[in-house]
Amino acid sequence: MPEQLTGAQALIRSLEHEGVEIIFGMPGGAILQAYDPIIESPIRHVLARHEQGAGHMASGYAHATGRVGVAMVTSGPAATNLLTALQDAYMDSVPMVAITGQVATTSIGNDAFQEAHTWGMSMPATKHNTLITSAEEIPDAVREAFHIASTGRKGPVLIDVPKDVLADTMTWHRPGKVTLPGYRPAVKGHPRQVTAALDLIERSERPVLYIGGGVVAADATGELRAFAERINAPMVTTLMARGAFPDSHPLNLGMPGMHGNYTATTALQRSDLLITIGARFDDRITGDPKHFAREAKVIHIDVDPAEIGKIRFADVPIVGDAKAVLGQLLEEVHGREPAPARQSWFETIESWQTNYPLAYEQDPDGPIQQQYVIEELHRITGGDATIVAGVGQHQMWVSQYWGFEEPRKWINSGGLGTMGYAIPAAIGAKVGTPDELVIAIDGDGCFQMTGTEMITAAVEHIPIKVALMNNESLGMVKQWQHLFYDGRLSQTELSPHTPDFVKFAEACGGVGLRADHPSEVAGVIEEALRINDRPVLIEFRCDPEAMLFPMVPSGGSNDDIAMSREDFMSVEDPA
Amino acid sequence: MKHVIAVLVENKPGVLARVSTMFARRGFNIHSLTVGPTEDPTLSRMTVVVDGPEMEQIVKQLYKLIHIVKVTELEPGTAIEREIMLVRVNADAKRRGEILDAARVSDAKAVDVGANTITFEVTGPPERLADFLQLMATYGIVALAKSGRIALPRDQKSTKKQLRSA
Repeated sequence: MPEQLTGAQALIRSLEHEGVEIIFGMPGGAILQAYDPIIESPIRHVLARHEQGAGHMASGYAHATGRVGVAMVTSGPAATNLLTALQDAYMDSVPMVAITGQVATTSIGNDAFQEAHTWGMSMPATKHNTLITSAEEIPDAVREAFHIASTGRKGPVLIDVPKDVLADTMTWHRPGKVTLPGYRPAVKGHPRQVTAALDLIERSERPVLYIGGGVVAADATGELRAFAERINAPMVTTLMARGAFPDSHPLNLGMPGMHGNYTATTALQRSDLLITIGARFDDRITGDPKHFAREAKVIHIDVDPAEIGKIRFADVPIVGDAKAVLGQLLEEVHGREPAPARQSWFETIESWQTNYPLAYEQDPDGPIQQQYVIEELHRITGGDATIVAGVGQHQMWVSQYWGFEEPRKWINSGGLGTMGYAIPAAIGAKVGTPDELVIAIDGDGCFQMTGTEMITAAVEHIPIKVALMNNESLGMVKQWQHLFYDGRLSQTELSPHTPDFVKFAEACGGVGLRADHPSEVAGVIEEALRINDRPVLIEFRCDPEAMLFPMVPSGGSNDDIAMSREDFMSVEDPA
Repeated sequence: MKHVIAVLVENKPGVLARVSTMFARRGFNIHSLTVGPTEDPTLSRMTVVVDGPEMEQIVKQLYKLIHIVKVTELEPGTAIEREIMLVRVNADAKRRGEILDAARVSDAKAVDVGANTITFEVTGPPERLADFLQLMATYGIVALAKSGRIALPRDQKSTKKQLRSA
C-alpha cells in the first residue's frame, strides 16, 4: 500500500533525499507542523536566534562546503527577516534553499496573523521561488528547488508552504525528473569562441586574468592554475575570488578595485586584454566604467549570459561553466606554441609592486592597527583557517592582508555588503567543515547587528573564533565623512566601551578575551586557539582613526588611485 | 525606438508578476504588455512592446526567469501586429454624417451611438489606430481604451530573428 505522509513529513523526507544534513532555522506558527518530523529525522537542526542569522548560516555553510545551504523559518516577520539573507545570497550566487511557512491557503490574502506576501517579496531577491498549493507537489518542488539552486549560476530558491498544506496528507512518491523547458544552463562554451579567445591571448602583450567568484563556485581552481601557468598571464582575484588562486603564486597580483592594491588595480587599467572568468565588472572593480581598462579587449566567460555585455562589451563572449570552459581552453592551448615571455609587462608589474606596496605601521606603543591583528592571526595559525568577514574596513583589510591559498576558506558578503554577515556565516561554515579552524573577523558595528548568534554558537557547540576589531565606530562610513564631508562626523561614532564585548561573549556562553595593546595581540590569539569547546571572542581595541587605503573614490577613475590620506588629498585637489 | 518581443512562458501562476517585477527591478520601460493562451495549454504568449535601447539585456534578463521558455524579437514590418481600441468621439447631429464617412474610410465600426457621441471600434495594425485617432482628434476624443499589441511573425522560416534557441 502506498505510504501516506503529511505534507510536513514529505517535506522533511524530501530534504533527506537531497542529502541535506543541516537545517538552520527557527520554528513558529505556520511552519510548526514541519518541526515535528524533524525530531525523528537524521537532519541536524541548528536553532538560530534570528531568521536573518539562519539565512546567513545557510550561506556560510554553502560557501564552505559547496553544497546547498538550507534555512527554514515561519511566515510573516520570519520571512521578512530572512529576506536580507536571500538578497545577499542572490548577489553572491550562493546556492541556498529557503523554506518558509505560510498562513493556510484559505487565509492567504486576508491579512491573517503573521501573514506576509513572501512569494511576492522574495521574487526579486531569489533565483526562483514557488508557493506550494497542495501536499502532493512537495517532492517535486523540493527537487526542483535544489536543482535550480545548485546549477547554472547558483543562487537562493525559496519554497513557501502554507500551514494547511503541511498538515494535509499525501501519497508519498519520489520526485520525478525535473522538467523546466525554459531552464537549460549552458555548460560548454562555443568551440569557435574558445579558439578566438586563445588567438587573442597569443597576440596579447599585456594580458590579465580577471577572476571572479564564479571560478570558486564552479570548483574550477585547479583548471585556473593550470591555464594561468600555461598562458603565462598575471591574475587579479576579486573580493569574491580570494583563494581561487594562491596569493603566494608569483602570477597572483591580489585584489583589484576600490580598495584593491595598486598593482592589481593598475594592471587591469593598463592591460590590453582582460581574460574575465566568473566576474561581472562590478562598480567596486571598475570605478567609472568609461575610464576602466580603456585599451583592453575583453574575453568574458560566464555561466550567466546576462552578465556578458551588461557593463562592458565583450570582444569574445563565452557562455559556459567556468570549469568546463577552462577545460576546453586547456585542451586547445595544449597544441599551441608556448606562451610568450611578456618580459616587459612583467617588469612593469614588478616595478609597481616594488614602488607601491600595501603598507601600514604598527606603533609598538599602540593603538592596535587592524592589519597587525590580521598578520598576527595569519602567522600564529599558519594561515590554515577559514576566514569569515563582516562588511567594512576590516573586511577590506582582511582581503588585502590575509594570504589566501585555497578556495572556500574566505567567506564574506560581497555584492550586497551586508553588515552582520560574519558571525552567522562563520557558524554555518564551522558546522559544514567542523575540522576547520573558522575565524570570524568582524567589526564592532557589524557585531552589534548579529552578535546574538554567539548564543547559537555556544548552545549548539559550534566553537567559532571571533576576532572583533573594535574601532568604536562605523569605520568605513566615518572614513567617507572624513574624506568627502570635511570630517563632519554624523552618527558614525559608536560607544567606546558599551557593550562590554568580553562580558557579552561570556553572557552568551562563550569566552571573552581582550587586547588593548599591540604587545597583547599574540598572547590572546594563542589563548583563544587553545579553547575548542566553546566559541571565543577576542576584542581588539583598535585605532579609531585608522583609514583604509588604497582607495579609488566611488565613481572615479582607477587611474586616480590614492595610496594614503595625503595622496587622496592631492588627487582630490590637484592644486 | 519601440521593439516588439514575443515571449513564450510556462502557463504557471504568477508568471506575469515575475515578468513585470523583473522589468520594474531592472528599470526597463514597458510600453504595452499582453498575455493570453496559445495553441499549447501549457504555454502562454506574452507580447511586450518596450522602449529604449537595452534590448539585449531585456532579452537576457527574461531568459533568466525560470518559467520563460522562448524569447523572440519581432522585426518591424515582418510581423503581423494587431491592436484593438474603443474610441468615443464628440459627434453632435451636425457633424455626425461627416464623422461616420470618415470612419468608414478607416474601417472603424460604430459600436455605440449616444446623444452627442459615437464610439468606434478599430482593429488593425498599430499605424491604422494611430491614423484614426489623428483623424478623430479634430472632433474631440472623449474617451479611449486601447489593448496592448499582439503579434506573430509572418513566416516561421524567414522573418523571425531568434535571439537564442531555448
